Amino acid sequence: MTSRDSAVRICVLYPELLGTYGDGGNARVLSRRLAWRDIAAEVHTVGAGEAVPDSCDLYLVGGGEDGPQTQAARELQASGALHRAVDRGAVVFAVCAGMQILGSRFPDADGIDRPGLGLLDCVTMRVDRPRAVGELLTTDATVTGPGGSTVPLGPLTGFENHAGRTVAGSSAIALGRVEVGEGNGDGTEGVVTGRVIGTYLHGPALARNHRLADALLGLVVGADLLTPLDDADVEALRTERQAAARRDRVGSGHDSLHRRRRP
Amino acid sequence: MSASSHPSVTGPGARARIAVALGRAVAGISRLTGRGSGSVIGGRAALRVHPGLLRALSAGREIVLVSATNGKTTTTRLIAAALAADRAVVSNSLGANMAAGIVAALGPTAPGTTAVLEVDERWLPGVLRDTEASTVVLLNLTRDQLDRSQEVRSLAAAWRRCLAETPPHTVIANADDPLVVWAARGAPTVIWVATAQRWLADAVGCPECTGRIEFGPSSWHCTGCDLSRPIPSVTVDDTAIVIDGERSPITLGLPGRINRVNAAFALATAHSLAVPLAPAADGIAAVTEVAGRYRVTTVNGRTVRLLLAKNPAGWHEAIELLAPAPAPTVVSINSRIADGLDPSWLWDVDFEILQGRFVVATGERRHDLAVRLRYAEVDHAVADTVDEAVRICAGRPEHRPGAVIDLAANYTAFQQYFERFGGDR
Ligand SMILES: [Zn+2]
Repeated sequence: MTSRDSAVRICVLYPELLGTYGDGGNARVLSRRLAWRDIAAEVHTVGAGEAVPDSCDLYLVGGGEDGPQTQAARELQASGALHRAVDRGAVVFAVCAGMQILGSRFPDADGIDRPGLGLLDCVTMRVDRPRAVGELLTTDATVTGPGGSTVPLGPLTGFENHAGRTVAGSSAIALGRVEVGEGNGDGTEGVVTGRVIGTYLHGPALARNHRLADALLGLVVGADLLTPLDDADVEALRTERQAAARRDRVGSGHDSLHRRRRP
Repeated sequence: MSASSHPSVTGPGARARIAVALGRAVAGISRLTGRGSGSVIGGRAALRVHPGLLRALSAGREIVLVSATNGKTTTTRLIAAALAADRAVVSNSLGANMAAGIVAALGPTAPGTTAVLEVDERWLPGVLRDTEASTVVLLNLTRDQLDRSQEVRSLAAAWRRCLAETPPHTVIANADDPLVVWAARGAPTVIWVATAQRWLADAVGCPECTGRIEFGPSSWHCTGCDLSRPIPSVTVDDTAIVIDGERSPITLGLPGRINRVNAAFALATAHSLAVPLAPAADGIAAVTEVAGRYRVTTVNGRTVRLLLAKNPAGWHEAIELLAPAPAPTVVSINSRIADGLDPSWLWDVDFEILQGRFVVATGERRHDLAVRLRYAEVDHAVADTVDEAVRICAGRPEHRPGAVIDLAANYTAFQQYFERFGGDR
C-alpha cells in the first residue's frame, strides 16, 4: 500500500447558503472514509463573505433555496478561486442548486436567467411543471477514474427536490440514466465535465452512494489507497431505498405523492 | 368549561350554529366508525357548509394564536394553563392546528371563552385574518418537512405580511431567531423573549438583505442592514422567569432547558393579558406532560419514556434530555408526509453527541439512521420493530435493571407509539 504525505483538503462552500438538505453530510462521509483508512483529512468550511481557498483538493457545493443560490453564484464568480482550483485539477462535487450554479446559466427566484460559473457544461431552465420531489434512482452508473479507468458505482439512489430542467452540453456526460424520478428532466441524471461532477441526488448523495464517495476520493488520492470498508449499513440502506423507489413508481406505499414514471 | 361568569357576547348566527351542529354530528359518526377522534373531520364538514365559520366563532372572543416550527403544542398547553388561573379557556388539541381543527375546538364552547390556539405555521396568515386575534405568540422558524412545506424564508415573509395586514394588539416573539424578529418587528407592540436559541443554521442569511448575520455569545446583528437582536423584556434562568425585571421563581413539571423557554413565553402571555403572575406560574408549573411527550409507560413490561423530536432543532433539544451515557437508547425515524418525505436532515443533527451510548435504530427509516450513526461512530443495532428495539436495549450490559429506557421518535413514529403504549391518562 502506498501512502500519502499531506492531508486531503476538503472545502465545504457556503453551507449556510447551500446546505438546506443535509448535504453537509457529504463532507462527514468523505472525511470519515479517509480517516478509517488512516488518511489524514482537513475539512475547511467557507462561509458567505469569506475568502475561498484555491488550494483544496476537493470542493463540495450543496443544495439550497433560490435566493441564497444566487448569492452563492455571485460570490463564487467574484472570487475566481474555484476556477483556479479546477484548473489545477481539483475535484468538485455539487448537488442540486450547487450543480445549477456551476453550469453556464440558471434561473433565479424570479425566473430570470443568471450567469453560472461555467465549470459544468450545462444550462438549467425553468419549466412549467410541478417541482420534482421524491426518490430518484438511476440504472448502474459509472464514472471515469484516474488514468481513464471506468469505475462502477452501481445504481445511484437519492432524494430529489428541485424545479428546473438541466440540459448537458456536448462536452459533458451524464452521471447516470434515470430509472425512477426526474433527474435532469430528459432521462439522464447529473452532469460530469472533467473532474467536476453535479447531481440532483440529496440524501446526502455520498451517504447513500459509497462507491461514488470512493470514486471522488480515488480521483484525489488514487484508487490503491482506498481499502475496503465495512459498508453493511450502507448496503442495507441502498437495498431498502431501491425497493422503495420502485414501489413508489407503481403508485403504492405511503410516500407515493408526486411520483412520475419514466418511459 | 363554563363561561357563565362572563357577560354574554353576541354569539354566532343561526347558520354558524347549524354548521357547528353538523360538524359535531360528523365527528360523532367518525368516532363511532373508529376513524379517530373525528374533530378534524367534523371541523372540515362544518367549514364546508359555512366557510366563514372561523370568523363567526371568533367574534367577541379574546384569542391567542401560537405558531412555530417547534414547541407550539407545549407552549399552547402552558399558556392555557397560565390563563386558566383566572378565566375559562378553550384550546385545540394535538395535531388539530389547521382551520378545521380550530373550528372543531371553538364550536362547542361559549362565545365569550378565551381561546388559546396552536396554529400550523403555514396556516397562521389565514387563521389570523379570520380570527383577528389580539395576541400572537411566535416561537421560532426552522427547517421542517421541507419537501412538503414552503421554504422557511417564504414562510417568514408570509408571517410578516399577515402581521401587517391584521395587526394583533400584542406580538410575543423570540428575540434570538432572526427570521422571527424580521417577521414580527413591524408589529405595533412586540414583547421580546430571550431564548438563547441554539439552532441557528437556518437563520444565517439575512431575510431582509440576504447579507450575513453575525452571532455573538448573547447577541446578533446583520452585517449588511439594520436587522439586529431587539432588547428582550423577558428572560429566563435556571430558577426563574424574569419579566420587566420582576422575577417569578418557577420549578417546572416538564424537563429540559427548552421547556423553561416555552414557560417564559407562556408567563409573558399571561402577564400581557393581565393574569397575576403567581397563579399563572403555578398553572404552568403543574403541567407535567403534553400530549404524551415525556410520558413514562411500559412496552412489553419494560419501562420506557416517550420523547418527541421532529427536526434538527428539536433533536438538539431532545438529545439533552436523554438519560446520560452509557444508558442505551432507542431512536425511531419515519418519513411519512407529516414527517417530511426526505430524512436527509439526519445529517444536520450532531448524532456524534451520542458516542458512548448504544443506540438501537428503528422506524421506517431505520437504515438511514443506521448509516448516520455509523458515520457518527455511534455503536448501534437496527431493529425492525419497536418491541425488538426495546428488548435489545434492555438486554444490553450497560442497561441498569429497572432504569427507564428513552425512546426518542419523530412525529408519526411518536404518534404510533403513543397510540399503542400511551394508555389514556
Ligand atoms: Zn440584513
